Amino acid sequence: MTANVIGIAIIDILLFTFLVITAIAIVRVRNLFAVAMLAGVFSLLSAGLFVTLDAMDVAFTEAAVGAGISTVLMLGTLALTVREEKPPSHSVFLPLLVCLVTGAALIYGTLDMPPFGAADNPIQTHVAPEYLQRTPEEIGIPNVVAAVLASYRGFDTMGEVFVVFAALVGVLLLLGASHPKRDDDVADREKE
Amino acid sequence: MVMFLAITAALFVAVLLVLVRLFVGPTLYDRVLAVNTFGTLTVLILSSLGFVTERPDFLDIAMLYALINFVSTIAILKFFRYRTFGRTTASQEEA
Repeated sequence: MTANVIGIAIIDILLFTFLVITAIAIVRVRNLFAVAMLAGVFSLLSAGLFVTLDAMDVAFTEAAVGAGISTVLMLGTLALTVREEKPPSHSVFLPLLVCLVTGAALIYGTLDMPPFGAADNPIQTHVAPEYLQRTPEEIGIPNVVAAVLASYRGFDTMGEVFVVFAALVGVLLLLGASHPKRDDDVADREKE
Repeated sequence: MVMFLAITAALFVAVLLVLVRLFVGPTLYDRVLAVNTFGTLTVLILSSLGFVTERPDFLDIAMLYALINFVSTIAILKFFRYRTFGRTTASQEEA
């Protein structure tokens, strides 16, 4: 059991290290296609972190949206614009300062959070026991998360589905309305 | 247990090599291949992670990741070939 916990801790540290390396590479690399690929990798790494935190549904959404759809959308955008990012014309210190201050504020915010996974955390003692108790009688399915999403918060989920559908239609209209493909473009692509 | 941890460690070494290829990769195809391999390695890491934490129900998630990986690789390659995601029938006739 101890080897287990240490193993998970090492895996967490490794995932975070790769995440930081990928983030630095996203900032440094100027080839936008490589950046789109790196963003997909970043998303897969964060999905791995969510898995080690036992958040299966979040991990799966991250992998589907971040690594799958976002990569495709970024490539679709890339088809309409240039492939190389211009070198920054302004100093990097102000954005760096903003990032550091925001990060410090976020870390400060985690200081008084309850310990991870403890049984007497507010989230475990508020309404969660109620749902766990009532789901088998009222809904009758074993997966409580699905019961909450599809039944207790059914209208909320329906609204989310509408939003996603509207976004999808908008993106399809934008991508379908423009057709930048010319014959010489295809020839260029084949040379690469 | 130790065996699964060793497997995970080996997979992380492989992930590191793939990341190096992704950063320096001279051509775009190196990077596509690196991303695809990275997805496969993520699936393998998730599977071994399921056995490390003694809950192999992670395996379904790993399989879904494999499917997403396949679809996104096809989408990337299709983008290479036709430069766009729509209007493929016309492009295919031209090609």
